[in-house]
Amino acid sequence: MLDVRDLEVTFTSGADEVRAVRGVSLTVQKGESYGIVGESGSGKSTVLRAICGLAPTSAGHILLDGKELATPRRPDFYRRVQMVFQDPYASLHPRHTVDAVLSEPLAIHRFDRRDERIAEALSAVGLGQGFRFRYPHQLSGGQRQRVAVARALILEPQILLLDEPTSALDASIQAEVLNLLDRLRAERGLTYVMVSHDLAVISHMCERLMVMEHGLAVEELTRDDLRQRRAGTPYTQRLLKASAGYTREAT
Amino acid sequence: MSLLEVENLRVTFPTRHGPSEVVRGVSFTLGRERLGIVGESGSGKSQTGRALLGLTPPPGKATADRLSFDGSDLRGLSAREWRSLRGQRMSMVMQDPKFSLNPVMPVGKQLMEALRTHGTPRAQAKRASLDMLEAVQIRDPERVFRAYPHELSGGMGQRAMIAMMLVSEPDLLIADEPTSALDVTIQIEVLRILDRLVTDRGMGLIFISHDLRLVSSFCDRVLVMYAGRVVEELRASELHAAQHPYTRGLLNCLPQIDGDRRPLPTLDRDAAWAE
Amino acid sequence: MTTREWLLSDNPVSRRQARLGQSYRTWLDFRRNGLAMFGLAIVLVLVLVAIFAPWLAPHDPLIGDLRTTRLLPPLSEGHLLGTDDQGRDILSRLIWGSRITLAVVALVVVIATPVGLLVGTTAGYFGGWVDTVLMRFTDVVLAFPKLILALAFVAALGPGIENAIIAISITAWPPYARLARAETLTIRNSDFIAATKLQGARPARIIWKHVVPLCMSSVIIRVTLDMAGIILTAAGLGFLGLGAQPPQPEWGAMIAGGRNFLVDQWWVATMPGLAIFIVSLGFNLLGDGLRDVLDPRRRT
Repeated sequence: MLDVRDLEVTFTSGADEVRAVRGVSLTVQKGESYGIVGESGSGKSTVLRAICGLAPTSAGHILLDGKELATPRRPDFYRRVQMVFQDPYASLHPRHTVDAVLSEPLAIHRFDRRDERIAEALSAVGLGQGFRFRYPHQLSGGQRQRVAVARALILEPQILLLDEPTSALDASIQAEVLNLLDRLRAERGLTYVMVSHDLAVISHMCERLMVMEHGLAVEELTRDDLRQRRAGTPYTQRLLKASAGYTREAT
Repeated sequence: MSLLEVENLRVTFPTRHGPSEVVRGVSFTLGRERLGIVGESGSGKSQTGRALLGLTPPPGKATADRLSFDGSDLRGLSAREWRSLRGQRMSMVMQDPKFSLNPVMPVGKQLMEALRTHGTPRAQAKRASLDMLEAVQIRDPERVFRAYPHELSGGMGQRAMIAMMLVSEPDLLIADEPTSALDVTIQIEVLRILDRLVTDRGMGLIFISHDLRLVSSFCDRVLVMYAGRVVEELRASELHAAQHPYTRGLLNCLPQIDGDRRPLPTLDRDAAWAE
Repeated sequence: MTTREWLLSDNPVSRRQARLGQSYRTWLDFRRNGLAMFGLAIVLVLVLVAIFAPWLAPHDPLIGDLRTTRLLPPLSEGHLLGTDDQGRDILSRLIWGSRITLAVVALVVVIATPVGLLVGTTAGYFGGWVDTVLMRFTDVVLAFPKLILALAFVAALGPGIENAIIAISITAWPPYARLARAETLTIRNSDFIAATKLQGARPARIIWKHVVPLCMSSVIIRVTLDMAGIILTAAGLGFLGLGAQPPQPEWGAMIAGGRNFLVDQWWVATMPGLAIFIVSLGFNLLGDGLRDVLDPRRRT
């Protein structure tokens, strides 16, 4: 469904050039959940941003259903692909109510039955109608992220890009949001591309994953590979070991 | 004898709706060991750490029935006495090095300043600073000594800050999420440095974190905080035998590479936990 | 349920309740600042005086009696603040003059603020050559001292209160443009703008609905603090004879009229001076108070 071929993203600021993504390819099937794992600066989030047109593609191709995407993206692209951001404190406008946040995409794409759609979206993410006219500062971190998920879903997209959707949340809230994402995918047959630094989260959510380091794809693994610790490269092995916690004997 | 004794520590902040107590009667003792304090945001773990160093931000107020460090009472110290104690015998590592290092002063100068305010001669201070940078696994201490904080990477900056907090060889170090901003692979290195200081120098360490799994693999003992109280205290090795439903809930709700529980168990907060 | 509870509810049930509740919370914050409330009181008094000038003024502001009431000192019979060299009651002239002052302030705000916001947010949001062109133009206007530039415009357009207002507006917008641009630069890369782009919103919508509301508070603060300067510039033009024309009771022109007798009849120039001072102080205190409640960076 989604094809990324030899993607390169280069940011220039003055004389400096940063090659954030250096030739990454991936293919995501319909209904699949695909993970991208890496540490900070690995370019994992930049891949997502390039897919939805927020980061400039300097080389390579991005295809949706075999058709190359136009730059800038066309309005119908956003009806098919939506994104959830990492920090729910930064991704909601501080002066807009939940109602305003959810009405806007409906107004842009001229949807009908707006009130019903907003009510549906709120209950789909487990928020009652009482939240509809609240401002972000009247919501907790987990509730904000639910609103962000509702905003992404209200246009009924097929693909959801998830950029570390739980890394800013407490562990117990993370579990709730992961369960929510899991349930929504099952109910609506969504396709996920999820970025995280947490191998456990990716292993929980994704069937296949790619490990990235310094803008390069290190390797592609399945969930079973990860569980069997069948990592082909030393970098992935290091990540696996580090995510198991601190080990004293290694001193 | 224990290094730090805390009894009934309370931290209160005034708000529009009257005073709000964020730490509500925390008691524990610390020897020359690694003590973890774990809790979610708003549990009061960070305010506990700050209160122990007299760093409760105004207008907050910290009170305790007993707060003694190495036998001397810390209650009612003047700002000046706190400062000299903090520089020399106890210090704190925070989550983000950017806020704790002076951005317009080279790292080495800051390290030396920490020593020289306590009367160490210049040449000796420089020697000690370079040694400290080396001790925190900085490969090129001379370069880092001359560098400004913004010239260092995240992991390097965090290590430079740890060096700065440790250069006066404190007896007690409070580390508030010292590794949360770091990548997992660097995180382990930083923990190794802290670990060595406890084992080799007999320093007391309070490690504050939201990451129950990390804390239990690193510390000797763990205090679990919820809504300003310690709900459970355990030996880290006995974490799996935790009794309190909150501790068990925290442990269970984490996804695991090997597990495939779907949906993940979530935490049903019981109002009685906060009592 | 009391009105207060309805306003402070954490579960508003309509758009209107949410918006009113938000305003009420801001008002509660603002009310705790005594100096700001004092400033607000001054500004409100100015507005009321301007509205009810015909009923408040004891005498005609334009016509005096040269034989009996010329240059009477303050606290004279029937003339609380004294009279000027034409025998006109100074208090009445000040009361009528508040209309001119308020009109100048209001019109400058209505003209300069939107221009500044539009230029600044557009330059900041698009960046690149749009930014360069708009901001260099802003710099050019900003490079001239305000009063001198206003003088040049009035000289070209001809003296008069309308032209003074236009001239002040033309010189007043660049600081707002710079401010709005700086705010926009910090906003435009935030996640909530990216999220809006991903919903297919066009730039005009993003600027108007997302960027402008966030720049608004700092621009409002800045405008309020600038009011004092605007009043002074208007008074300065009036003083130089390029603003309001005689016999209009404009405060700056009144000072100019009184300067010939400053030594012997001090009140003629001092009373309008005091009025300018009090109103400027009021706007300044109000602006400081607004900054405390509106600027999110100063929130704890």
